[in-house]
Amino acid sequence: MNPVLLKIIVLVGILLVVLGLASGLIWLERRLLALWQDRYGPNRVGPFGLLQVMADMIKIFFKEDWIPPFADKWVFVFAPSIVMITVLLTFAIIPFTSVIQITDMNVGILFFLGMSSLGVYSVVLGGWASNNKYSLLGGMRAASQMLSYEVFMGLSLMGTVMLAGSFSLRAIVEAQQHMWFVIPQFLGFVLFFIAGVAETRRLPFDLPEAESELVAGFHSEYSGMKFGMFFVGEYLGVILISALISVLFFGGWLGPVLPPVVWIILKTLFFICFFILLRAALPRPRFDQLMSWGWKWMLPLTLANLAVTGAVVVAMRR
Amino acid sequence: MWSVLRSLWLVLMHMFKPRFTVQYPDEKPYLAPRYRGRIILSRDPDGEERCVACHLCAIACPVDCISLQATEDEHGRRYPEWFRINFSRCIFCGLCEEACPTYAIQLTPDIEMGEYNRQNLVYEKENLLISGTGKYPGYNFWRVAGVKIKDKDKGEAEREAPPADLHTLMP
Repeated sequence: MNPVLLKIIVLVGILLVVLGLASGLIWLERRLLALWQDRYGPNRVGPFGLLQVMADMIKIFFKEDWIPPFADKWVFVFAPSIVMITVLLTFAIIPFTSVIQITDMNVGILFFLGMSSLGVYSVVLGGWASNNKYSLLGGMRAASQMLSYEVFMGLSLMGTVMLAGSFSLRAIVEAQQHMWFVIPQFLGFVLFFIAGVAETRRLPFDLPEAESELVAGFHSEYSGMKFGMFFVGEYLGVILISALISVLFFGGWLGPVLPPVVWIILKTLFFICFFILLRAALPRPRFDQLMSWGWKWMLPLTLANLAVTGAVVVAMRR
Repeated sequence: MWSVLRSLWLVLMHMFKPRFTVQYPDEKPYLAPRYRGRIILSRDPDGEERCVACHLCAIACPVDCISLQATEDEHGRRYPEWFRINFSRCIFCGLCEEACPTYAIQLTPDIEMGEYNRQNLVYEKENLLISGTGKYPGYNFWRVAGVKIKDKDKGEAEREAPPADLHTLMP
């Protein structure tokens, strides 16, 4: 087949699947939360309540798209799109299989880290442009949380990079032919997972939107589809982190019997469900606890992991 | 850290526990016979209205949702000319039922009385009156009360001695 055409098909396919999955996650999350809380969740609209997503979409599209008169209008409109843009761009480097990958960048991981740093602007600008003290507090929290968790997020991946000897995600997957990196890099996996949860602002690290203290944090003033974009952006982030974990630590598409696509989807779905389980089970820490935990525990642990991995890799080379 | 893992595990295990939700319209919840739901007016075993229009329910009602007009039939038996309960105000406290001396007004285990039009929540006597006796099958107020009505003179009620002749009642 024409390689350009193939690329376009892959691109459109990934976009559609990822966006579809993100909206499907609304249903999945509500059903799973309900299951773990001994309830049913949405089960009225369509089979198993699957069409609930459609109902929600119709509702959210027909809501009044309101911009508060005191808001900074252009930034207010622009902010929700940043999170969508950055997260969707990051999907370009995820190798779903050896064929289904939009681009195999040789600095793939760095690209991901850069994009996730940019994603913070969405929340910070959204909180700033709302011109509302709760939103601003949410935005500030997001900024400081991202800042402190991004530091060890990048560093926790460096062990993997050292073992694979490449920043390219495809090379990392191919280096896991014989052993998933979760075994030598278990600490790295745990640290990256925690950082990932903080990065996507999911519970228990959803302090930027802590509804019990900040109304809805950075998106207090948002309604309609602009709120929906923050929401879909968050779910896209969950899918992204789950896909990255399965690629970086669980051998990506590699696996016996089943075709590669099924393996990557299964692994990603497993981590998505784990994200939801975290939300179902864990309470939200206080903000100062979050910060001190990040700097006093996570960062030193990551540095230790980095040093040990480096030493072992050097020793093995000798 | 241990408590975090433990709570994750415990929540995960809730997957295998039964769900508490009662899927209401498909699956009706059990309502006890004495549940305080829709209010009715019952009849005595003879099929006559039990209500004697004493207004005690209307007075007991904390939200003043009951109103009625008393009248008498040709034999001196009191009954409400009209009886109206505004269910958009009613709080289903059951004080009217407690106040009622004749077991006429009763609360039933029926909660499905939603309406699109608020006016439809105002129930008139023909909406309230049922043909049965409700929770107290044998009770007939007029048969135990010492009041003279159509086919019962004074002293003819159940467990009632005939009235003393005042003229023979000497000290």
